[in-house]
Amino acid sequence: MKAVLLIDFGSTYTKITAVDIEKEEILGTAQSFTTIETDINDGLKNALKILEEKTGPLEFSEKYACSSAAGGLRMVAIGLVPELTAQAAKQASLGAGAKVVKTYSYELTDGDVEEIDGINPDILLLTGGTDGGNKDNIIHNAHQLAKLKSRSFPIIIAGNRSCTDRVAEILEDFETFKCENVMPKLNIPNVEPVQELIRSIFLKKIVLAKGLSQAEELIKGILMPTPAAMLEAMKLLAKGTETEEGIGDLVGVDLGGATTDVYSMSYGLPQTGAAVLKGLREDYAKRTVEGDIGMRYSIKGIVAASDIMRISDLSGLSERKCEEMIEYLSVHTDKVPGDDEPDFIALDYALASMAVEAAVTRHAGKLEPFYTPTGISYMQTGKDLTGVKTVVATGGALIHTKRTGDILKHTLSKPEDAFSLKPKEAEFLVDRKYILAAMGLLSTEYPDAALRIMKKELEKNGVS
Amino acid sequence: MEKEKKKHRIILGVIGADVHAVGNTILNRALQDAGFEVTNLGVMVPQEEMIRAAVEDGADAILVSSLYGQGEIDCTGMREKCEEAGLKDILLYAGGNLVVGKVPEKEIQERYKALGFDRAFGPGTDPSVTIAALKKDLAKGRLHHHRGSEE
Repeated sequence: MKAVLLIDFGSTYTKITAVDIEKEEILGTAQSFTTIETDINDGLKNALKILEEKTGPLEFSEKYACSSAAGGLRMVAIGLVPELTAQAAKQASLGAGAKVVKTYSYELTDGDVEEIDGINPDILLLTGGTDGGNKDNIIHNAHQLAKLKSRSFPIIIAGNRSCTDRVAEILEDFETFKCENVMPKLNIPNVEPVQELIRSIFLKKIVLAKGLSQAEELIKGILMPTPAAMLEAMKLLAKGTETEEGIGDLVGVDLGGATTDVYSMSYGLPQTGAAVLKGLREDYAKRTVEGDIGMRYSIKGIVAASDIMRISDLSGLSERKCEEMIEYLSVHTDKVPGDDEPDFIALDYALASMAVEAAVTRHAGKLEPFYTPTGISYMQTGKDLTGVKTVVATGGALIHTKRTGDILKHTLSKPEDAFSLKPKEAEFLVDRKYILAAMGLLSTEYPDAALRIMKKELEKNGVS
Repeated sequence: MEKEKKKHRIILGVIGADVHAVGNTILNRALQDAGFEVTNLGVMVPQEEMIRAAVEDGADAILVSSLYGQGEIDCTGMREKCEEAGLKDILLYAGGNLVVGKVPEKEIQERYKALGFDRAFGPGTDPSVTIAALKKDLAKGRLHHHRGSEE
């Protein structure tokens, strides 16, 4: 047996997964509280103890880790036009597994600079202008950033290449990294170089700065932020490897307590001839984070994004009762409904349904009808996911409920959503053992094994 | 010296709900051959998309095509939006079947000038005419767009 240990240092829990790489099997999973304040290894050791109680003693030949502890990889993204470079910069950062605390566009004000000092991100991404395009804005913003009090975070310069050197000069007091433009040509983002750089900075600096590097026994170190591992897993599952076929385009939903992440692995090109694709092209592997939608900390955002009437309808509880319970849950964020609490179970079902509906609707592309002299025509912005046949579910609120399938139906488009490009019909795959991030990590060395384990372990939860 | 090397940047697109792609393709090619850096947004392009593109691209001119007769409606307010977006010196050209009915070319130009466009070209204009005008206008440097201030 050749055992590999995969570790996810989460903000609350350190989750571990042990894999027998020869048999391509999960040996076991376990979790314990993350101990970032003292020594991160304590939490890991506790988790290992719990794991070995189940599996017996294990000897690991390799260990890999990802982390979202200590606030995750916090970034600020700056661009020129909100829908163009600012969006491309945000998208690139999210795709690298970052938490984008704030995105700025146009000229930074003194107030913005003060705010960025307050945010004190791990990395700042400065973009603006296509190659050969606008120069004034990024140069203005560089001068503004030079006023920052903090010098503790690195700045990635990924704007108009004509002014990269000039911007680096203006920001000479900072540690800067020059990079290819995040949008060298209009509407065509170029996210990989920025993402590579973010990942290498994360490896070299952030892990160290956050006290995560004390995890001395990690032979290979902490490879990536947890959302990046999740993205790797989804990409592998969809695309496959040279020897093992993937399952094709998919949408992934990770419903958490504070945020909801949505992933799509699809080019999302128009499925009908009547649509013209507009705006920024989106990456095959796209991740969005809904910061206002989550089952506990962001519970009120779910109500705001849907309707208390619908929550009442789905849960079978009165509106008043729903409001009272939501108020309670927004304070008691660690509340997990027990088997003897049918009202809480019903409410959580309704909230989860509305949360995934809102998050997937925002992630998916849209059609806008246009009446032309020759008939109706459509403008498509974002991805057309109507042909996607698989929705993958992960995250506590989706995997610790018996009604995962019922909740996931709300990710699909309904007849009345004629202009939303969500999946129409899909099979649901549930990450019941919570192994996806671990498989993303494993895929860096053992993609075939990781893919086959995912295919085996993800639970089919009914075809809609 | 560097300025001479710099290619002028053009945003090209067919405005509104218009899907006429042929002229757009020809113009794109002709402009590129004439040494311009062209960002072609294709057909069915809203004003806002052209303006956003011009900001990010640092464009020198926006060339709007319209062939389906609704051009005047589609082009109204474009100059104002450019000014709002900080594109003070940008050239705006329109070309195609710009108005409904048989209207003398001179009157079409007047109507589009009133909309804040620098030049308007009727149907069948050879791309070389547009390119010559573009080169001339761009060589002048900063242009005067204030409506009614000319002539």
